[in-house]
Amino acid sequence: MSFTTDTVKRTASLARLALPEADLAHVAQQLEGILVLIEKLSAVPTEGVEIMAHPLELQQPLREDRADGRDLAGRDIYLKNAPVSADGLFLVPKVIE
Amino acid sequence: MSWEVVIGLEVHVQLNTQSKIFCSCPTRYGAEPNLHTCPVCLALPGALPVLNAAAVDKAIAFGLAVGAEINRRSIFARKNYFYPDLPKGYQISQYEIPIVGRGQLLLTLADGTEKVVGITRAHLEEDAGKSLHEAFSAETGIDLNRAGTPLLEIVSEPDMRSPSEAVAYLKKLHALVRYLDISDGNMQEGSFRCDANVSLRRAGEPFGTRAEIKNLNSFRFLEKAIEYEMERQQDILESGGKVVQETRLFDANKGETRSMRSKEEANDYRYFPDPDLLPLVLEESHIETVRASLPELPDAKKQRFMEAYGLPAYDAGVLTSSRALADYYEVVAEGLDAKLAANWLMGDLLGALNRSGAEIESCPVPAGQMRKLLQRIQDETISGKIAKEVFDVLFEQGADVDDIIERKGLRQITDPAAIARLIDEVLAKNPGQVADYRAGKDKLFGFFVGQAMKASQGKANPEQLNRILRERLDQPS
Repeated sequence: MSFTTDTVKRTASLARLALPEADLAHVAQQLEGILVLIEKLSAVPTEGVEIMAHPLELQQPLREDRADGRDLAGRDIYLKNAPVSADGLFLVPKVIE
Repeated sequence: MSWEVVIGLEVHVQLNTQSKIFCSCPTRYGAEPNLHTCPVCLALPGALPVLNAAAVDKAIAFGLAVGAEINRRSIFARKNYFYPDLPKGYQISQYEIPIVGRGQLLLTLADGTEKVVGITRAHLEEDAGKSLHEAFSAETGIDLNRAGTPLLEIVSEPDMRSPSEAVAYLKKLHALVRYLDISDGNMQEGSFRCDANVSLRRAGEPFGTRAEIKNLNSFRFLEKAIEYEMERQQDILESGGKVVQETRLFDANKGETRSMRSKEEANDYRYFPDPDLLPLVLEESHIETVRASLPELPDAKKQRFMEAYGLPAYDAGVLTSSRALADYYEVVAEGLDAKLAANWLMGDLLGALNRSGAEIESCPVPAGQMRKLLQRIQDETISGKIAKEVFDVLFEQGADVDDIIERKGLRQITDPAAIARLIDEVLAKNPGQVADYRAGKDKLFGFFVGQAMKASQGKANPEQLNRILRERLDQPS
């Protein structure tokens, strides 16, 4: 498979990466190299092997459904992580559907 | 040849747990913005999700109720997309192996026929936060209280063939989650939301290209949106065009759907297993414990109402359409005339609730009072007609049935002598009509009944009134 500059553009857009136009060809080449490497994996016989989501032989522990109290002082500390906040809300540049 | 619509629904049900799905923040609606947040649901570095046991149990309960396979091992996956109210940049969901597999739901349609709709799957996931676009001019406010609230997404097969079938499916599903007490089902607050996949085809041909309509938070909007979409697609197809597969938003004010262009590019979610969460493994005993805790479900309850109370299928269906209404009915009908109780609930009570915009849960007439009202009809303290008067007072002002009857002097007149007096007065006032009746104008009987009933202010016992009136009229003058 070949990684075209269009594919690079689309992938970058999905990942919200701003790639300069001038870098597209170069990045396409690099990704192509990675894909060639990944392609080699298809040579491994995997028929009948169950898909492995996790390498560990562990299962998900469960938490009892209990709500802990929260207070505004704590909330305000979290809000300080944001560049802008007001009225208890995080503010971001306007997004409208 | 006409078009056939093909509809599949995806329903997001907010599970009514105390805490969020992966952290111990409260899920209560309507708190101060961002009060119910913590490092986990804010996606601060290093925070790890831990799965809520109650969310798992509620998902299992749903799966058992629709006769679905419960997967003994299911996997959480990351669904990647960017939006400001999704702090992690991905939503934790389930993709390849959901907790609930194939099941089915039995619908009773308006004409009384039954239809089975397949359920493809149901999976656990977390809700996103809320974006507030109105409050600020150049910015969007983000409230993450809802972020991390447990959702069960229920996906149907494309089995529905009309807007009314889609509504019937959604209503049945809504009743079911309320019966199971896995969600409050509050559509205004967004606890029960629906997306519809709609396409058209010529009957018997393969499925056409579908559009996905989002933002349907009422039964009526679902119906309107599908109707609009059917017309839109028919216009495109009949003018030789092609329907584009896309996400559309329903605008309730305009009653139309419109394209969400911003979503076109975002449909590549790049799912992969979430390394922060291990596979969810369920023991047989765990599933059986949930099964043992299931309440009586709508279909079983309907069957029991038909057998135990001798109700017709239609009545039993209406009365078991919500668990609260069914419980109310059982209190009212116990030991009384079951059909009388059914008629009163389906006619007078549901009608009054409907007119006042209230639900059975907030019904101003307690079941005990409703029962007392029907007892007073059965023991002939009041007539059915007077009972309607008492009911209106009961519904508007509350109070006790017996007090209302006494206070308003509505007690039925059952004394034959008193009724005979009323009748004699009426006959004395209308000698002409009496003569006509006796000369063969039988129809006048109703006139006398009406006059005598009016004279008694509606309180005369109807059977006695009829009997005594006939005796008086038939005896020679």
